[in-house]
Amino acid sequence: MKTITQTYLLLAASAALVAGAASADPFTQADLDRWKAEYMTSVEKGEKLFHGGLKSKNTVSCDQCHPNATNIHPETYPKFQQQLGKVAVLGEMINWCIMNPLESDPLALDDPDMVDLQSYIHWERRGVPLAPGKH
Amino acid sequence: MSKSINRREFLKRGSALLAAGSLPLSLVEVAFGQNSPENFTFAYVSDSHITHVKGKDFVRNWDRGLIHAIAETNLLDPRPDFVFYGGDIAQLGKREEIDHGLEILSGLRGDVHYVMGEHDYYLDLGDYWRKQLGPDHYSFDNKGVHFVVLNSVLTYDDWVNRWGGPMERMLQMARLDNPQGSPFMVGEAQREWLRKDLDKVDKKTPVVVLSHSPLQKIYKCWNFWTDDAEQVQALLKPFDKVSVLYGHVHQIQYNQIGNISFNSAMATAWPWPYPSSYKQAASYLPKLTVEMNRADPFFERDATGWQFINVHTGNVDAHYLLPDNQNRVVAYDRKAGHPVDTKFQPAENRIPPQTHY
Repeated sequence: MKTITQTYLLLAASAALVAGAASADPFTQADLDRWKAEYMTSVEKGEKLFHGGLKSKNTVSCDQCHPNATNIHPETYPKFQQQLGKVAVLGEMINWCIMNPLESDPLALDDPDMVDLQSYIHWERRGVPLAPGKH
Repeated sequence: MSKSINRREFLKRGSALLAAGSLPLSLVEVAFGQNSPENFTFAYVSDSHITHVKGKDFVRNWDRGLIHAIAETNLLDPRPDFVFYGGDIAQLGKREEIDHGLEILSGLRGDVHYVMGEHDYYLDLGDYWRKQLGPDHYSFDNKGVHFVVLNSVLTYDDWVNRWGGPMERMLQMARLDNPQGSPFMVGEAQREWLRKDLDKVDKKTPVVVLSHSPLQKIYKCWNFWTDDAEQVQALLKPFDKVSVLYGHVHQIQYNQIGNISFNSAMATAWPWPYPSSYKQAASYLPKLTVEMNRADPFFERDATGWQFINVHTGNVDAHYLLPDNQNRVVAYDRKAGHPVDTKFQPAENRIPPQTHY
């Protein structure tokens, strides 16, 4: 009896998985629009943080050295940073800037502000081919 | 032709350890193999962006850049005839910033001539700057060369009067990549003043013009641009030799348009990327320009610096003094008829850090 119940539960679980897969695909144009809007909202938040919105103890902001997020080269990360002695992700270099030119406290790598900053930085660099490791 | 001179040779008074006998007799002789009485030099410091944080606190990094440039300028030998300050003493035009900047600049030996920058101007439309430093456009002569200073950071009245208050206007203009910005210009009144000023000058007299923005059009969205540049250039066209020196761009640029040579200034505060590195818009960096090295952010003075200008036979050679990096010399080449980098101009001589992308 016990074995039969287990088999039944297993079948039911499989059926649920199949049903789940069926409902997850295909996505609609409305889905695409919403996902793009979510991303662009993050870009807009990042644009504000980048231009003075980030809490900066000495008032210095990212855009002072990086107009339109230039000279950040997000397409080259992860890459070897000889000054850090290791391969680093973009967020680590953003934190380096926050701690040094901005003389402020670093963000957690998954802090929403850190995500929004990277949304903006990548958006300004859209269309540029990936070049991981490049200097 | 001049050659790049390393800092230890250059700043010979900077170290008591260097024996005088091992040093060049004078920079001018080293650079040009001649010592005509018409030769003279001046120092050119620009874009310090002194930033008030609160109370007596200012951004340390920008203070240090200006202090560094002044210390080196004071060690120049032979002494420059005077110093030009190319604009943007302040970040947000505040009295605290202009006062603090001028206090640091008061350490300079010799006369200083000042150029108005947009960061000095757009809080109170230049009132405090002019109160401390005098008119924002003027001319004078030195050893047969006519110098003209222009305030090239004016803009259209409807933009100036659009904002809720002085600080809002200042913050809008202080943002380089501001889509709501407005292009710089010299303006009709000053162009008329320039026309009258130049009327009195013999056309064979070398003319050196100082402005904050480039009197040429490179990239409008960052105001590497002067809207009436062509009209100003037309007033300068009748002269045999004209040199325009400008700040604002925080990077090495040089160009030749007809009879006019252009050289930019490095900032003492921070470097800017070249506009071509922004991939969403077109820009027009002069083809002549061999770009400065990409900055290493771990060295806070890298890709910042100041200039030492040699005026010889009416042309200008710009020596870029770059802390934490190799100095650069962009000299007027009489045979070519335009400025050239004395080391890196041939494509095969360029080095990887000069590639911007």
